[in-house]
Amino acid sequence: MPNPITTTLSAKLSELLGFSPAAPLRRWAPGQPLVDGKVLVLGSGAGPDADADAIAALLSGSPAEPSATPDASGDEVLDGWGLDVYRHPVPDERYAAVVVVLTEVDHPGDLHAPLLAAASTVKKLARGGRVVTISRSAADASPAVAAARQGIDAVVRSIAKESRGGTTANGIVLADGVPVTAASAVGALRFLLSTRSAFVHGQLLPVDTTAGALPTDWDAPLDGRVAVVTGAARGIGAAIARTLARDGATVVAVDVPAAGEQLTAVANGIRGTALQLDITSPDAGAAILEHALTRHGRLDVVVHNAGITRDKLFANMTDAQWDAVIAVNIAAQLAINEALLTSGDFTDAPRIVSISSTTGLAGNRGQTNYAATKGGVIGMVRATAPLLEPFGGTANAVAPGFIETEMTAKMPALPRQVARQMNSLQQGGQPVDVAEAVAFLSSPQAGGIVGRTLRVCGQHVVGA
Amino acid sequence: MALEKTAPTNVPRRALVLGGNRIPFARSGGAYAHASNQDMLTAALEGLVARYGLQDERIGEVAAGAVLKHSRDFNLTREAVLGSSLSPTTPAYDVQQACATGLETLVGLANKIRLGQLESAISGGVDSTSDAPIVVTDRLRRALLDLSRAKTAAQKLAALGRIRPKDLAPVAPSTSEPRTHLSMGEHQAITTAQWGITREAQDELALVSHQRLAAAWDAGFFDDLVTPYRGQTIDGNLRKDTSLEKLATLRPTFGTRLDAEPTMTAGNSTPLTDGASTVLLGSDEWAASHGLTPLAAVVDAEAGAVDFVHGEDGLLMAPAFAVPRLLARHGLTLDDFAYVEIHEAFAATVLSTLAAWESPEFGRERLGLDGAFGTVDRALLNVHGSSLAAGHPFAATGGRIVATIAKELHLRKQRDGGTPRALVSICAAGGLGLTAILEAA
Repeated sequence: MPNPITTTLSAKLSELLGFSPAAPLRRWAPGQPLVDGKVLVLGSGAGPDADADAIAALLSGSPAEPSATPDASGDEVLDGWGLDVYRHPVPDERYAAVVVVLTEVDHPGDLHAPLLAAASTVKKLARGGRVVTISRSAADASPAVAAARQGIDAVVRSIAKESRGGTTANGIVLADGVPVTAASAVGALRFLLSTRSAFVHGQLLPVDTTAGALPTDWDAPLDGRVAVVTGAARGIGAAIARTLARDGATVVAVDVPAAGEQLTAVANGIRGTALQLDITSPDAGAAILEHALTRHGRLDVVVHNAGITRDKLFANMTDAQWDAVIAVNIAAQLAINEALLTSGDFTDAPRIVSISSTTGLAGNRGQTNYAATKGGVIGMVRATAPLLEPFGGTANAVAPGFIETEMTAKMPALPRQVARQMNSLQQGGQPVDVAEAVAFLSSPQAGGIVGRTLRVCGQHVVGA
Repeated sequence: MALEKTAPTNVPRRALVLGGNRIPFARSGGAYAHASNQDMLTAALEGLVARYGLQDERIGEVAAGAVLKHSRDFNLTREAVLGSSLSPTTPAYDVQQACATGLETLVGLANKIRLGQLESAISGGVDSTSDAPIVVTDRLRRALLDLSRAKTAAQKLAALGRIRPKDLAPVAPSTSEPRTHLSMGEHQAITTAQWGITREAQDELALVSHQRLAAAWDAGFFDDLVTPYRGQTIDGNLRKDTSLEKLATLRPTFGTRLDAEPTMTAGNSTPLTDGASTVLLGSDEWAASHGLTPLAAVVDAEAGAVDFVHGEDGLLMAPAFAVPRLLARHGLTLDDFAYVEIHEAFAATVLSTLAAWESPEFGRERLGLDGAFGTVDRALLNVHGSSLAAGHPFAATGGRIVATIAKELHLRKQRDGGTPRALVSICAAGGLGLTAILEAA
């Protein structure tokens, strides 16, 4: 719970520093409508746009339709989301979300019509609104196409920097050959439209393949899945455990034996099991697997969240400080993954989600050891994901920015307030914001996101 | 007294130890100074529930108890269950058999499982010497009760008038025996002298207890047996750096008024301790349906008692008689056991018991055998340390010992095969003792 005294002080401090007050962000709860208001879907131009039509049909379609029944043309018809969808901007109308489908732009000149149409609506977006672009990867494209596509990424980041009132702007970047209706394209769109992505801002989320599957129940996408979360006793780890359980998973909560009291409370709160384990022990992977299989019959998701810091300027770094961080934050993850990958028991669309950090992307003063591991995580998931692809599996990372935890609460007030303000949402994120991104990447609808790192940072200024 | 193999061979089914959980034991007045028995027992239960995923589970029965018990805790175990994540439809009851409480709850529940009366059960025990009941004097208590019954002002004044200033002093809790007014330590000091147990032998046993418990903690053996509580993450009494030299510097605290040289010190006696323990029990079917791996089966148990008031036997010597009866019933000798767990009330208690079993005279005259009962290989005795190092929250000790040795039995069987057995022996106030046989499952 926020301390009223420090909250007041923080507000005063940010006023003195000339910061504008942050807009409150809405978080997700079961039963909440996906989008609370009208949705505008814009296509690439004046002509017919099959992708925009497909997205509009998905968003506006009836949710009651039977799922995945082939229609007359033999294409799959997706369950609709029952939203109030508009295809052309109506002056002075207030939209809750704008989806700009830009898959068909071939030249920077093509950006004018869809983007300026979107621009006319942005000022009147509802509080906590959403701007989501859907575009294609600039990789391997011809010069003009690449220019247009790459330009979109920077446009999204710029819109994000201008947005107010807790509105977020993000983009989905489809690899060539991945249709807009691919499971992970649809999954990513739903995640970005919902309040589950409250602190995801200014990000381009790539969808690499058509792998993955839509959940039977969007409110319980992890139903029947067994997930292990390390470092689950407190903070972000506890939030991840609770969020995965809320989404239907059976959770094995892992933490060091010394954290057992808090771990017990987390496990009992979500009807999971507590596993007191030092993840750096050589048999940690085997112990995790054995626990999951004997108690819960399977293992589907592993969230590597456990991490420590031993901050020291590079020039003063000691062997012990370096080694401890490497052992816990990355070596243990590699060893556990190795044990799981070679077990033959981690093969039913498995998911590995690892927690990185903005430090892993941009570096940070006093954190060379931590940076080595958090950058390491990004490389690890990129190299691990292809190994899981044959089983419909994937590995991805989440890089949190400034998150309000017990750890950051210990920072001195001024640096903490500055750190909070160093993102476009001008506030710290909550542990649940990281947890929501982890839950999404753990879900069946994220199977086409391969080896990526998703930032949950409110568009933090560093490393973007 | 003829000892014969009489154990029934048609026992309906097995009762299994499936796991355990305790909180780290803390020295009296330490981390749990302000925790009640109910707080600690609930914490131990919660850790067990979390480890084995028993949230909202209706367990067949939970039995636990405390030796030092407040009158308000008449339903201690049930209250702890209601405060836990177990289903509130889980029945519970209290047991009290001095330091044998924890083991007695386990034996009773195991028997119910063997009979088919229960599918699952949790045994437990808790004690706080920090939060011990303080009692008023009998004179004050009677006067206050009379006052409450008085109808007239005169009767009330008469009741109040009987109270004397000295009646107002609270009666501190005591571990002394009601019939002899000797403390347990003083009783053991008599036995220690009787069996000629040396200071060096006692200190050596204490040292080994600390060394073995420390090694078990360092190896992570307790990672799935203990859940931290109130910042205590390891047994508070454990002295990893103790040595024979350090132990030798301690002054004797018991037996200082006896003719024999006093040998019992704070180092080779258990300290006052706070803590709680639980053990999860179940049938084969229940274990399988919950994905739980059986660790050990509870084979049998035997209680004993000695006439320490009038007879020649020491207060804590009942197991010396109960174990031979228990083993005879199964046609076993001490050599048939992979592990022997003898609760270290005092180092001298263990050594006196071993001395009795090694004595041909005791074997012939007291046990009715042809000679000595047998010898316990010290390498198999209290292999992960015992109460001297861990501390001894009276009713919680049985659960600590059983969960520890059940896990060890299971690991041993996985490693070497066969069906290794463990003997558990706990002495208790009132000249009581309770002993049990476990075998690897």
